[in-house]
Amino acid sequence: MKNAFLLILLVQGLVAPMTSQAAIRAMACEPEWTALLQELAADKVSTYTATTALQDPHHIQARPSLIAAVRNADLLVCTGAELEVGWLPVMLRQSGNPNVQPGKPGYFGAADLVSKLEVPTRLDRADGDVHASGNPHIQTDPRNIALVADALSKRLVQLDSVNAAFYQARYADFAARWRMAMQRWEKDAAPVRGMPVIVQHKAYPYLENWLGLVELATLEPKPGVEPTSSHLSEVLALQQRQPAKLIIRSAYNDSRGADWLAERAKVPAVVLPFTVGGSDRAKDLFGLFDDTVAQLLKGVKGGAAP
Amino acid sequence: MSRTNTLAVALAATAFAPFSFAADNADLDQIRGEINALRQSYESRISELEARLKKAETSQAASLAAEAGASATPGVAPVAAVSSAAAGTASGVGLNPNVSLILSGTYANFSRKPEDYRISGFMPGGEVAPGPRGFSLGESELGFSASVDHLFYGQANFAVSPDNEISAEEAFIQTTALPAGLKVKAGRFFSGLGYLNEQHAHTWDFVDNPLVYQAFLGTQFAQDGVQFKWLAPSDTFLEIGAEAGRGSKFPGSEVSRNGSGAQAVFAHVGGDIGVSNSWRAGLSYLSASPKNRDYDETDVLGNSVTNSFSGRSRLVGADFVWKWAPNGNADRQNFKLQGAYFRRKEDGDLVYDRAATAQSDRYTSSQSGWYLQGIFQFMPAWHVGLRYDLLNSGAVDYASNAANLNTVDYRPTKTSLMFDWSPSEFSRVRLQLARDKSRQIDGVAAPDNQLYLQYQMSLGAHGAHSY
Repeated sequence: MKNAFLLILLVQGLVAPMTSQAAIRAMACEPEWTALLQELAADKVSTYTATTALQDPHHIQARPSLIAAVRNADLLVCTGAELEVGWLPVMLRQSGNPNVQPGKPGYFGAADLVSKLEVPTRLDRADGDVHASGNPHIQTDPRNIALVADALSKRLVQLDSVNAAFYQARYADFAARWRMAMQRWEKDAAPVRGMPVIVQHKAYPYLENWLGLVELATLEPKPGVEPTSSHLSEVLALQQRQPAKLIIRSAYNDSRGADWLAERAKVPAVVLPFTVGGSDRAKDLFGLFDDTVAQLLKGVKGGAAP
Repeated sequence: MSRTNTLAVALAATAFAPFSFAADNADLDQIRGEINALRQSYESRISELEARLKKAETSQAASLAAEAGASATPGVAPVAAVSSAAAGTASGVGLNPNVSLILSGTYANFSRKPEDYRISGFMPGGEVAPGPRGFSLGESELGFSASVDHLFYGQANFAVSPDNEISAEEAFIQTTALPAGLKVKAGRFFSGLGYLNEQHAHTWDFVDNPLVYQAFLGTQFAQDGVQFKWLAPSDTFLEIGAEAGRGSKFPGSEVSRNGSGAQAVFAHVGGDIGVSNSWRAGLSYLSASPKNRDYDETDVLGNSVTNSFSGRSRLVGADFVWKWAPNGNADRQNFKLQGAYFRRKEDGDLVYDRAATAQSDRYTSSQSGWYLQGIFQFMPAWHVGLRYDLLNSGAVDYASNAANLNTVDYRPTKTSLMFDWSPSEFSRVRLQLARDKSRQIDGVAAPDNQLYLQYQMSLGAHGAHSY
C-alpha cells in the first residue's frame, strides 16, 4: 500500500515534467517573484513576467500584452505596497478575471508579509513618490524572501492541492539552501557593516537594514524625481564633509548622475542588480545576492577599510 | 519571588502527585486552584507586557520613520517598522472612494476669432471650438472611484467648466466578478470607439483632440447606456465590445424613445514585439439615429439659418498605436506613434431653415478624415510632438435644398507642434503651436495660427498608467 503510494508519487514526478503541463498559470509583476515561483514550483507553474530588471517597476503602462496575461492567470504574484499602483489596478479592472482580484486566493501580495521600512508619517506628494504603506522594495533583504517563500508555498498548495507534496518538498529544499546561503552572504558581507553609502533611488533600505549599511544621501532629490545638477552638487558637498565609500544604483537607473558623482568624489559607483536579471550573475535569487554582496565589497576594497 | 516559590512548590506537588498517596482530594483541589490562579495571573501579566512592548515598538518606528522622511539621517541604522497593513483600514478613511482632482489652465492666442470657428464642409455638432482667447481656466475635473462591493466597481468624473457649470463626464458602474473575461458597464461612459475616445482630456498629448474626432464625434462621444466587453483567453490581447445607449450626443440627438439611439461595436488587438515595442490596433463602428439634430448654417444668400437633420449616421474607423522604449524602460526615452482613419455616411432628411421656410428633402453625405501623430520623449520629463490632421468633405447631396445651401468641397487640415515638460507624472506644462486650416472663406483656406500655453496637474489618487 505504502509502496503503491510512493510509486504514484514517483510516476507523477516523472510524468509531469515530460508532459510539461503546468498546473498553474501565473503572472509575476516583478522578476524576483518569477524566480521564487521557479524555486518553489519548477514547471508546475508557468509564469509570465510583467517587467524586467531594466525597467522601473513604478513606471509601467498597462500594455495590451499585460492585460491579456492577467486575463489568463490563475495566480498573480506582485509586490504590492503601492509599487504597482499606477498599472496593476488598471490591469485587474480591464482583465475581467475575477480569480486574481485582491482578496482572492489567486492574488498574492508579497509586501503584505513583511515589516515595511520608511513608513511615512505624513503623506504629501511634495515629498516625491512616497508610498503610504512604506518602502515597497522588499526583495533586497533575503530574510524577506524567506518570509514570502513560506507564504507563497502555502498558497501554491492551496491553489493546487493535488501537487501539495511536491510544493512542500520544493519549499523545504529551498528553505534549507536559502538558510545556508544567507549565512554565507552575511559572513562575506561582514566587512560592509557600518559602511556609509549614497544611493540613487531609495531602493535599498531593506538591504541596508540587513547588512548594516548607512545611507548618507540619495541622488534623487525626492523619491522618483530624476537627479538634478543642483542636487548632485549638494550631494558632492556633503560627500566632502562626510564621505561615503560607495555610490549605489540599480540596473534600470540612468547612469549619468552616479558616474558624475563617482568621478568627482573619487568613490566607486556600482550597479546592483536590484532584481533577478539585473546583471549577468543575477540569473536566479541566489545569484542576485551573490552579485549584490560582491558589488558592495568593492566599497571596502576600493577605499581605506575601517 | 514568593509567587515563584509557590509555583515551584505547586509544580513539584503536581509532578509528584501520582506518587504521594497520602494527599487527599481536598488538598489536590486546593493545589489545582492555586495553579489555575497562578496561570491566569501570569498570562494576564505577559499579555500586558506584550501590549506595552508593541506600543513602544510602534512609537519608536514612527519616530525613526519621521527622521528618515525628514532627511537621510546618518549613523542611524533603520529598524524594521511594525507592519502597517492595518494602518489604512483602521480609520474610516480607508473606505472612502479614491478622489482625484485635475486642475488645468490655458493661455491662448489665435489669429482668427474663435467665435466664428467652424470646420468647413462638415455639419457642426458637439464641442467643436478651439476655446476662448487669452487666459482661461480649463476644465477642472473631479473624479471618484472605488469598489462598490464584491461584484461592482463605480466611477464618476465631474467636469467643472470655467463658467461654473458642472457636468457628469462619466458616471458608471462596472462588473468585477463576471467570469470568462466578461465585463458589463452601465451609466454614462466614454465610448470604446477608436483609441482616443476613452481618454480623458488631461491625458491627451495635445491641447485638443484631432479634427476627425471633432468633426465626427463632437470631440468625444459619451453614451448613456450599457457596454459589454469580452477579453479573449489568448496570449495576444483581443477585446471585443458592444454598446447601446441613448445616443443623445452628437452625432445622435436627444429623442424620446424606448429603444436605443446609438449602437457601437469595436474590437482591439494588441501585443508586444520584443521587449522594446508594443502596439494596439482597433476597428470601430458607430450607428446613431438623430432626429431633428439642429445646426446653424449660412445659406446661399448669406442669411444665418437653423437647419435640422433626421436620419442615420454611420461611422467606421480604424486606429493604431505603437510605442517604443529602449528595453521597455520609458523613463529616459520613448516614442509613440498613433493614428486613425474614420469614414462617416449620413442619410435621411434635411429641413432647411426650420423656423421659416422649413423646406425638407433628402440628404446624403459620405465624408472621411485621418490623423497621424508622433510623441518623442527625448530626455526625462521632456516631450516633443507633431500631429497632422486631414478631413475630406467628400460627397454631400442636398437634393432640392442645394438651391438654398452651399455644397462645399474642401479638405480642412491642421498641423500641430507641441512641447511639454512633465517634471513628475502629476504635473505638465505644455506649449502648442498650430496652423489650423479648418475654415474656408470665399472658396479659399483661411488659416488660423494658434498658440496655446497650458498647465495640467492632478492631485489626489494616483492616476492610472493606461496604455
